[in-house]
Amino acid sequence: MTLLKHAAAAVAVAIIIGLLTFRLDGYRDYQIAEVAAYVVAVAGLTILIGLSGQISVGNGAFMAIGAYTTALLQLHAGWLDHLHITGTWQITVILIASLLVAAVGGAAFGLAAARLRGPYLAGATLMLAVAIPVSVADKYAGVFGGDQGLGVTITTPSVLGPAFSPTRWLAWLTCAAALIVLIALANLSRSRVGRSWRALRDDEVAASLAGLNVARLQVLGFAISAACAGVGGGLLAIVSSIVSPGAYTLTLSIGLLTAAVIGGLGSIVGAVWGSALLVLVPSYLMNVAGSHGGKLFGLSSGSSPFVPIAAYGVVLIAVMLLFPTGIQGGVRRLFGPAVPRAAEPFGLLRRRGPASEHQEEGTI
Amino acid sequence: MGAIATLASAAMVLAACSSSGSKSGATQGALTASAPGITATTITIGSHQPLTGPAAPGYSEIAPASNAYFQYVNAHGGIFGRKIVYKYLDDGYNPTNTSTVVHQLVLNDHVYAIFNGLGTPTHQAVVQYLNSQQVPDVFVASGCSCWNNTSSYPDTFGWQLNYIREGKILGSYVEQHFKGKKIGYFYQNDEFGLDGVKGLDMVIPKSQVVSRQTYVPTNPKIGPAVAALKAAGAQVIVSFSIPAFTALLKLTSLGLNYNPMLVVSSVGTDPITLDGLLNTYAKKTGSFGKSLSNGIITDGYLPSVGDMSNPWIALFEKIHNKYDAKAPFDGNVLYGMSAAYTFVEAMFKAGRNPTRADLINAINAGLPQGVAVAPYAYSATDHDGITGAYIGMIKNGVLVPLGHVLTTKTSPGGAVTAINAPQPAPPASGIPSS
Repeated sequence: MTLLKHAAAAVAVAIIIGLLTFRLDGYRDYQIAEVAAYVVAVAGLTILIGLSGQISVGNGAFMAIGAYTTALLQLHAGWLDHLHITGTWQITVILIASLLVAAVGGAAFGLAAARLRGPYLAGATLMLAVAIPVSVADKYAGVFGGDQGLGVTITTPSVLGPAFSPTRWLAWLTCAAALIVLIALANLSRSRVGRSWRALRDDEVAASLAGLNVARLQVLGFAISAACAGVGGGLLAIVSSIVSPGAYTLTLSIGLLTAAVIGGLGSIVGAVWGSALLVLVPSYLMNVAGSHGGKLFGLSSGSSPFVPIAAYGVVLIAVMLLFPTGIQGGVRRLFGPAVPRAAEPFGLLRRRGPASEHQEEGTI
Repeated sequence: MGAIATLASAAMVLAACSSSGSKSGATQGALTASAPGITATTITIGSHQPLTGPAAPGYSEIAPASNAYFQYVNAHGGIFGRKIVYKYLDDGYNPTNTSTVVHQLVLNDHVYAIFNGLGTPTHQAVVQYLNSQQVPDVFVASGCSCWNNTSSYPDTFGWQLNYIREGKILGSYVEQHFKGKKIGYFYQNDEFGLDGVKGLDMVIPKSQVVSRQTYVPTNPKIGPAVAALKAAGAQVIVSFSIPAFTALLKLTSLGLNYNPMLVVSSVGTDPITLDGLLNTYAKKTGSFGKSLSNGIITDGYLPSVGDMSNPWIALFEKIHNKYDAKAPFDGNVLYGMSAAYTFVEAMFKAGRNPTRADLINAINAGLPQGVAVAPYAYSATDHDGITGAYIGMIKNGVLVPLGHVLTTKTSPGGAVTAINAPQPAPPASGIPSS
């Protein structure tokens, strides 16, 4: 039943986006595609933190794994051509492969991470974010293209005709992938696994006494969040047509985390809000800065490039002050029915968990 | 019979008149919105630039300098009366951002062309997209030989001396002046360094090269690489490095009590940027003034900034003081203004109401030498820019030329030859004529 409900909602959203892409210009289509790529990664992270109660500051690294897998598979796609898997099917196969590779990476890391808690876990994932993309890509420059990275190309299916806007196709492709992932996550969140995650998030000891395999569930959480990041990275590679270490820095990992927090931890719709802000706020402010001849608020042209970053920080603070449970939490409080206890990710933690643990979650 | 002949000749005269009439219309008629980004009053162009991030020191001065030159042109009649609007966005030297901002410039701001997009890895993210949309991608700010690919990238044009040519020119100096000496290479591990070394290897005998060390811009710990060069006994180091790493190379070798001759690509030796970096890095051990960069051998494809007798330098300094006075008048500013001058020249050649293809065709037909010390290579089958440079030595913070301008081809066989013709002077107005 839930699956049906989610699928119906997704189809409705797909139709709206489809119609929207015809109304909007090419650049908005491109932005939709960017948002869709980030949504996938942020949704995976919000599930990890909001449901399973584990934190990751390193999901940018899993995005890099997915992105490089996509680029490398496309670079060596001869075997897929031999199997007559071409065009959109090829991209689909490649994205699924990126998902699997990142999931394996996530599970491996999760095995180690399941022993860690709170800030120690955050520290370990931080190391992942700092180490993986830059050092690995430079060390094996022959395979990964070094600082330069690898190119990714995408062609619009000829069925749609030569006049079809390539960015519209990009928006369709990424949104389709994003919706599939979001349906899967929404179902997972309502499933037994989702309920088990909530149980161990709220009280690990109680959960294990109730017969739940805590370690296995935590590793599963990491694997699924990494898989989402992998698909998101693959999509981002397709959207920006390049994979290079410069794109998968710590800034990206922190960006994903803030997007998940701004949107509302544990909320999949919140992931959409967070990703939209992540993409649109800097681009909007850069536009404003650009239309003032590079000078914003009377700042010199030397410091105005930093305004979008600063403004993003201001938005983050404002949202957190106004809606401590994120944008989606605020939307629910303003428009929705009374908040069910389970929908508030740290509500139970706040009541039952030790004060120090709450503090840790809050500061990260 | 006679009447028919008269009629026919009258018709021919009429036809001739009307065709010459349409011709004069092309030079004097109304200004129309002939292409995306072109209106009756403006030409909007865009660029991606590292205004923040690792490449920002020095390079962030380039786009404002280009804009200063455009403002000068705008204040003196513009291009056929149209004013240039130059919208440059920050990509932080991150290729993913480059893709975003270039999509924004093309799809949202509807720019006529992308001008002087900076960086090899960054620009590679968008070169395919720009060509698929047939957006002119002119005078890329990178010396990668990859921009000269007329079959895949017909709308992309390089501008500065490419790194292979630069390697050959530096290599020919080393080969002639350091015969029998042990030579070490130090280079950035990407297209910049690899292309440069490709050029060096075409000229310097491989047996003379005792060590080849690389660095990546994200890792400033180059101690082991310099130690290896010292251990191999290199007496001359040829370096393809950005300014920060030229400074690190100099200071690290000093720290190891190792004092080889340095021959460095023009990319990494703008004296003002370099002296600034050297003094910043060396603060702990005291200030060195301009002494650390003394004696570095490099090359220049634009006139030396310190050469005030050069009319181009005088012109650009005048414009700089009026429109961009906050920045120091250094090699980066000269670079930005020179590229802007080249763009204005190409736009005048593209005609009064140009389409995007008109600009491409204008550059394909070749551009006059202008501010560069050697001619451009531009033709329908060659999209390389400046073809030569002079060798120079840094003395007291100024690049002093040593001898003639040298030119060569990108191919391994092409010899390095001298150009004796003097550089043409700029037009009196400072603006290329139509």
